[in-house]
Amino acid sequence: MIAELNDLQLKHLQEKAVEMREHIIEMLLEAKSGHSAGPLGMADIFTAFYFHILNHDPRNPDWDDRDRLVLSNGHICPVQYAALAMSGYFPIEELKTLRKINSRLQGHPHRGTLPGIETTSGPLGEGLSQAIGMALALKLDNKVAHVYCLGSDGELQEGNPWEAAMFAGKNRLSNLTLVIDRNNIQIDGFTEDVMPIEPLKDKFAAFNWHVLEIDGHNMQMLVDAVNEAKAIHQQPTVIIAHTIPGKGVDFMENKFEWHGMPPDKDQAKKALDELRTLQGKIENESQ
Amino acid sequence: MLNPNLKLNDKMFDQDANKKATRDGFGEGLVELGNSNPNVVVLTADLSDSTRTDKFAKAHPERFFEVGVAEQNMAAIAAGLAEAGKIAFISSYATFSPGKNWETIRTTAVYNRANVKIAGHHSGVMTGPDGATHQATEDIAITRCWPDIQIYVPCDSVEGKKATLASANIPTAVYLRFTRDKSAVMTTEETSFEVGKIQDFWISDNPQVTIFATGYLLYQALLAAKQLEEEGIQTIVANVSTIKPLDGEGILRLTDKTRAVITVEDHQIMGGLGGAIAEFLAKNQPLPMEFIGLQDTFAQSGTPDELLAKYKMDAPAIKEAVKKVIGRKT
Repeated sequence: MIAELNDLQLKHLQEKAVEMREHIIEMLLEAKSGHSAGPLGMADIFTAFYFHILNHDPRNPDWDDRDRLVLSNGHICPVQYAALAMSGYFPIEELKTLRKINSRLQGHPHRGTLPGIETTSGPLGEGLSQAIGMALALKLDNKVAHVYCLGSDGELQEGNPWEAAMFAGKNRLSNLTLVIDRNNIQIDGFTEDVMPIEPLKDKFAAFNWHVLEIDGHNMQMLVDAVNEAKAIHQQPTVIIAHTIPGKGVDFMENKFEWHGMPPDKDQAKKALDELRTLQGKIENESQ
Repeated sequence: MLNPNLKLNDKMFDQDANKKATRDGFGEGLVELGNSNPNVVVLTADLSDSTRTDKFAKAHPERFFEVGVAEQNMAAIAAGLAEAGKIAFISSYATFSPGKNWETIRTTAVYNRANVKIAGHHSGVMTGPDGATHQATEDIAITRCWPDIQIYVPCDSVEGKKATLASANIPTAVYLRFTRDKSAVMTTEETSFEVGKIQDFWISDNPQVTIFATGYLLYQALLAAKQLEEEGIQTIVANVSTIKPLDGEGILRLTDKTRAVITVEDHQIMGGLGGAIAEFLAKNQPLPMEFIGLQDTFAQSGTPDELLAKYKMDAPAIKEAVKKVIGRKT
């Protein structure tokens, strides 16, 4: 059972999330390539996982009993890199090496290169199957650790996630939870224009999943949903998290053009100003 | 003559010689691994009987996973199991795995350095009447170009079992290639098997050509060597059961005297054994070569014998190639 968030904890996590967004903008500016919208949109969820939900130990990343967080849509890795660095898996300064030669922060995450990365990802639709494999192995070993797969809405246009959904539903993998970043955008436009994936709830329910929907920027809702997922013993759970791509940076929000683009210098300055103002606002409110 | 040091099956040329499919060795190896190692798990995509994983499924049902007709899912689930400490074997026809799920294996097993063993069955035209859709003839080419993979192609069922057992000792991905029909049993339990070592099964006093063969067609090469010897042409026939890592030292040693090479495989002539040896020799010791294999074409339905004759991959074709390459020697 994950503890409920009190007001102070919530404020603390919200500040962390803003800090994470600042790191994301700074990393992308430095890298001069990479994805902006997805990482910013998922910063609240990553904050809640790495600083409240996950049972993990940054000093012992290969600990057998750790919860697993599998990132399926690897292109949003700047948010995971920021979360890992802020948790203490590696030095914060290393974030600036994103996508550069001889860096451990590859353009898409590579298992074994960077501590805390559970699996290589980038090619879409492969994370859920790997999370299933981990969930099966943990069950075989009688471990209570939980496997969380974080994936995107666009990647559900692949076939593999549905093969995986079928398998997890049939095998009642209750130690597995999928969180879908339902931000409605993909490279070529809005998901429902490019290739509709709705009705998403009905689809997962038909595959024998327990389905929950949350506001992906409400950390308490995520905590509640994870607790419900862990309490369900006969089904895997999918949490459809409605997020705003580019969240926190006004000119990026809800614009699919920002899916695969980094900010330039001026844009980064504008974004950081905005985030710092937001940070100040949260701090003031908490005083 | 057959190399006496290798303790080969000296009855292999008899009319009633023992025959068994290489895939049977895989099935037996899996059961043995399952008994000795609790971390071994096996997955199949609706082909447990054909790929001989059914015996493991019976012996260790809790460690056997049926994924249905979903090869990408099978590969990535196996990677997840491996990432959590298991040794995961996946099994299907090679056209589907590593064919259909090639990128999934590349990313989640090979690049991930996950402990996944890919067993590709129904390789080669030997698959027969099912036709070209089910005859995997490009699988070595598409796996050999991956860094960090090992590739074993056992020549018979005995070696099939040894290769399966050996693959579990490698902490990263291994591709194992198997065939459907019964084929000659050339080795015995006593024959040594070592990953990455080419073995000279047929030796001669004054060999003129070295024949490198992989898989069950090694038998056709041995038959050719035997008949050629009766015609006064001496050869070396070597078993290349590990395509990657390739035994360069062994290649140089076995071509030192002959200075002419034939490669024999039930696979397209591009990218497979022939390609691997040609790449090596081009860099180290260029020699005239002839390639026995599928000559840049899809095959068709038929019996294995009919297909080997039609596509010139049997003993008569090998003999012809030997004579041709001797004519090219300078």
